[in-house]
Amino acid sequence: MQTHKDYTGSKLGMWLFLLSEILLFGGLFILYSIYRFKHPVDFHLAAGELNRILGTFNTIILLTSSLTMALSISLIQKGNRKFCLLFLMVTVFLGFLFLANKYFEWAAKVQHDIYPNSSRLLGRNKGEVLFYGLYYAMTGLHGLHVLVGMLLLSIGWVFVVKEKIHRGDFVLLENSGLYWHLVDIIWIFIFPLFYLIT
Amino acid sequence: MSTGEEKSRVMKHRRYVLVWMGLLILTGITVSVSGMNLGRLSVSVALIIAGLKSGLVLGYFMHLRYERGLWLFKWMIPGILALLVVLIGLTFLDVAFR
Repeated sequence: MQTHKDYTGSKLGMWLFLLSEILLFGGLFILYSIYRFKHPVDFHLAAGELNRILGTFNTIILLTSSLTMALSISLIQKGNRKFCLLFLMVTVFLGFLFLANKYFEWAAKVQHDIYPNSSRLLGRNKGEVLFYGLYYAMTGLHGLHVLVGMLLLSIGWVFVVKEKIHRGDFVLLENSGLYWHLVDIIWIFIFPLFYLIT
Repeated sequence: MSTGEEKSRVMKHRRYVLVWMGLLILTGITVSVSGMNLGRLSVSVALIIAGLKSGLVLGYFMHLRYERGLWLFKWMIPGILALLVVLIGLTFLDVAFR
């Protein structure tokens, strides 16, 4: 019996996993919308302190990394390994840049004594405490996903080098790409809801 | 045959770059709109733009527009999104009438 690779099956499995991810973040978005509904003014005040420029910059970084990801998959389909590897590396690097920005952003907030359970934060309005709780939980969980995506893409990179992923069999890279794009989509929603409240 | 393949590949890459530019433009719009004082409308505008952006990513980068033959791909995503909308709606009803 020859080995059989079920291309559609593995993509379907990946999509099912991605949908469960949507529900995971969806729960947090529900929490966010209820608390924002109950404390609109506090959310407005707290969101005003977030670094809007850094947030916009990070959005551009992730969108660009999605482009390089899509290009690298299209290139492996064509059999162009060299440029596929280059674009993969750029994608991972952009993910790293995103996390570095996130680090500076969080570090600045912690320096101002704004982190979960800090005495300065607890002294403020209830809605602001909730806002920052959600901010840390959601951007933290999202950052963790970026990290996992970078890991998956690095593994993909090694596999392309070793020619385990090639023109005829690239579903692993394609599924990692789907994951990367989903992480981008989640950020597309986090960005306006946290950084752009007016 | 192979030149035709090459041509479609170039077109695909051009399309990817166009989608990326569209995403950047939408980001610019959402940032500048948030500077205006639209009041209650601003949340809806932000969500509509985010929806458009995810539509672009899902359709082109994640190839949903080109998945042929498998109806499940087409219905799973709207199904899950509908479920999410129902969950958010029910939660809001609960909170609003408590």
